[in-house]
Amino acid sequence: MSEASTTAAVQVTGVDKVFTAKRKPSVTALDSIDLTVAPGEFVSLIGPSGCGKSTLLRLIADLDTPSAGTLTVFGKTARQARIDQEYGIAFQQSGLLPWRTVAANIELPLELHGVNSAGRKKRSAELLALVGLGDFAESYPDQLSGGMQQRVAIARALAESPRLLLMDEPFGALDEMTRERMQTELVRITGETGAAVVFVTHSIPEAVFLSNRVVVMSPRPGRIRDILSITLPGTADRDEHLREDEAFFENVSRVRELLHGEAPVGIKPTAARGVENR
Amino acid sequence: MTGTSPTGTPERRRGARRSGTTATRVAFGAGGVLLVVVAWELYKAIGPATGVMIGDLTVLPRTTDLAMPHVWDMIGRLFEQSGNGRNAQPVWLAVAQAAVFTLGVAAVGWVVGVVVGMLLAILMQRFRTAESAVLPWIVLSQTVPLIAIAPLVRRWGAQLEFGDFTWESWMSVAIIASYLAFFPVSIGALRGLNSPDAIHVELFRSYGVGWWKTLFTLRLPASVPYLLPALRLAAANAVIGTVVAEVSIGLRGGIGRMIIEFAQQASGDPAKTWAPIFGAIAVGLVAAGFIALLGVLLRRFRRGEVPA
Repeated sequence: MSEASTTAAVQVTGVDKVFTAKRKPSVTALDSIDLTVAPGEFVSLIGPSGCGKSTLLRLIADLDTPSAGTLTVFGKTARQARIDQEYGIAFQQSGLLPWRTVAANIELPLELHGVNSAGRKKRSAELLALVGLGDFAESYPDQLSGGMQQRVAIARALAESPRLLLMDEPFGALDEMTRERMQTELVRITGETGAAVVFVTHSIPEAVFLSNRVVVMSPRPGRIRDILSITLPGTADRDEHLREDEAFFENVSRVRELLHGEAPVGIKPTAARGVENR
Repeated sequence: MTGTSPTGTPERRRGARRSGTTATRVAFGAGGVLLVVVAWELYKAIGPATGVMIGDLTVLPRTTDLAMPHVWDMIGRLFEQSGNGRNAQPVWLAVAQAAVFTLGVAAVGWVVGVVVGMLLAILMQRFRTAESAVLPWIVLSQTVPLIAIAPLVRRWGAQLEFGDFTWESWMSVAIIASYLAFFPVSIGALRGLNSPDAIHVELFRSYGVGWWKTLFTLRLPASVPYLLPALRLAAANAVIGTVVAEVSIGLRGGIGRMIIEFAQQASGDPAKTWAPIFGAIAVGLVAAGFIALLGVLLRRFRRGEVPA
């Protein structure tokens, strides 16, 4: 895929999104957004509620259409990219079909796109191993914990080996411990698959831990305030120890300052250890 | 499944609860029937023969053998002969034959009703405008009294003719039964088809699959928990519709006609009146049992989704 190395995974240029409703003032959810995501790059969108981060993700996924501007995914229109299955998607809720086994849930996109039974079995077995749920192929979603369900949802998003992964707060409903374990696993999985990721979150440490770049957004109207390159080892080399690292806290502080638009009072960026880092 | 995983626990708990209550539920069910019998006999024993009146208004029935035969007389009558001479056969056999006939007609009515109800629900799910246009008529259709449409259906049916096909009275009865049966199905199925979460619908959109594939892979399986109660209601409606329509159309051979015939003999043979009523109850039980069986076959689709 020589083309993949030259074409941006996601190219957003001057995109606006205005929601209009009857007898209500229209809401500008996104205002002149420019963003480029390189192939294999992990980019987080972070910001307070109403900053349009989820809306931006939905535009990339072609679940909604921009009011103005252009948006391409691997050089195609968002619509064409969706039809060509260029991306896999995961939401805050796992969205598993309760009447399907774990394996059948992972195989769902393959089945819908006509992959034969043997091919589906092979792929779901690979993915189950990847997300560490090899023993649960024949379980039903209601027999799994929330974290396990979310891992199945991620495996499903990876089923067709997409070059782009779109994730909307996928760990938002999990407890802190599960959440950190899932983050470590996601770093490993994306390292193994080489997929680009657009990741929506409202957790600063999560964004810092996972990303190559963090896009900080501000609300009403939704705008990109700044894009921050994370000065940490390559995402493939990140592990649990990084969470205790001085450089990690420095990056957390930088994102926080950008989010709040100023330096937190009384805390020097270098002395940020021990700060509430959610 | 590993023993320490969280998988086994809810499964086991659910299983244990269900098997633990089976005996209790059977006992409660039998107890309920027994209670009705006891109440009936108790009132018959102690109630005044002329019934309980407030002013001119009878609030409780007479307790004579004519108005309230003993339960054992009703059951005993089932095993005596009905009719005389050549046609003589035990009452229970006559009732059973009529019940099978009625059940068959009701089943045809149920199937037609379910098919029509499902098609209407799918149409309404597909097109919002169809929902606004059709739904009020569906609701309105159920306000028309059965007695009013019976002669219409019969007359229209009689005019149908193609090839060797001739419209028969039992078909009119089945159509009327389906007229009652389709209503809960269309309403329940519409709710069920619209029940998938936005996240599921968007997931299927992200897969780039069309409406039909989404219907068969997502909407129909998701509608099962809504559909089963609707199918049960439809079965009850189909049985009632068949019995009533047999009377209004004048179709021989079923429970409906038998109720009328035996009621005419009530003055001389009060216990016999109850035989076809037991038959109607049996038909209803068989219909309900069939739906329960359907629910067992579809249990995979009835797993409650646990929030992530």
